[in-house]
Amino acid sequence: MSDARENGDWGKQQTSEAALSARLQRLNEGLGQARDAAGHPSESSGAQRAATASGYAKGFRLSSELVAGVVVGAGIGWLLDRWLGVSPWGLIVFLLLGFAAGVLNVMRSAGLIAGPALGEGNRQGPDR
Amino acid sequence: MQLDPIHQFEIKNFVPLFNLGGHQISFTNSALYMFIIVGLTSVLLIGATTRRAVVPGRLQSIAEMCYEFVANTVRSSAGTEGMRFFPFVFTLFMFVLLANLIGLIPYSFTVTSQLIITVTLALLVFFIVVGYGFWKNGLHFFNLFVPKGVPKLILPAIVAIEVLSFLSRPVSHSVRLFANMLAGHITLQVFAGFVIMMGSAGILGLFGATLPFIMVVLLFALELLVAFLQAYVFAILTCIYLNDAIHPGH
Repeated sequence: MSDARENGDWGKQQTSEAALSARLQRLNEGLGQARDAAGHPSESSGAQRAATASGYAKGFRLSSELVAGVVVGAGIGWLLDRWLGVSPWGLIVFLLLGFAAGVLNVMRSAGLIAGPALGEGNRQGPDR
Repeated sequence: MQLDPIHQFEIKNFVPLFNLGGHQISFTNSALYMFIIVGLTSVLLIGATTRRAVVPGRLQSIAEMCYEFVANTVRSSAGTEGMRFFPFVFTLFMFVLLANLIGLIPYSFTVTSQLIITVTLALLVFFIVVGYGFWKNGLHFFNLFVPKGVPKLILPAIVAIEVLSFLSRPVSHSVRLFANMLAGHITLQVFAGFVIMMGSAGILGLFGATLPFIMVVLLFALELLVAFLQAYVFAILTCIYLNDAIHPGH
């Protein structure tokens, strides 16, 4: 009886092993496809290559992107306050937007999200 | 030798030329170095390409390497259509590269450590991107700011953020080059100053001065890398921005 159970267990194990290997294969295929899809843009976006050329340059690049976003947002907000007399709302709103833009810049230059020209639907665009 | 690390960035008026809107326009050391850079680039490239040997000599190899390097950069990040901007990108790259390298020669002046120079270059790129984008795509250029697949509710905020991100490009583009060169040269000068200060403090100081001297040598190697890397980054960012003007995600 215990033998039968063991047999059953063994059979189950075997099927689960087969299922596992099938799943692994599927995952591998999926990974390969994803790599192919991602391979072309990352290969062609040389900014990423430039950034990885040196950690120092990369850190500098990312920090300057963030600071640029915040500074431009604050500048536009301040100018709007002066011209439209809506102080302090222009500065508040545009500083926050600028911070968001800075974070967006950082994520883009780090290659975490696609650039603006690479919207959905034109992923198979000619280059980039 | 000057111990003041900022002294090297001082603008000296050589020949006062004329007044423009209350501002004195003069021929400065900055202008002199820019002429030197342009002259050197021209001499190098024209001299290298006159022989046009099938088997390139030393100079011709340098010119061909520069050409291929920039051409590959442009092709890979702006596509073959971006090659119409190749002369522009190549000029920018050579100018920035030579400015950075010439600035590393002791007692020389670094043109790219002046914010006004890098801002001018970055704004030139920015306006070319905007101008070419509108000329080629018309109002489709605005699609750059409207990502697809975003819910209508948050679209205004996203568009505002995208516009700000676009406007912040010349800032980060220029400040990166300027700050890298400025910081590098100040660090070099500070460590070189340590060598002099310790060296003048007797025999014990002379031994102590070897430590900052080693640092100067290492920093110089780093600066050489940074000089090349920043020229490359400046060129590649130009290509990426031009790519947005050529294909604004329509």
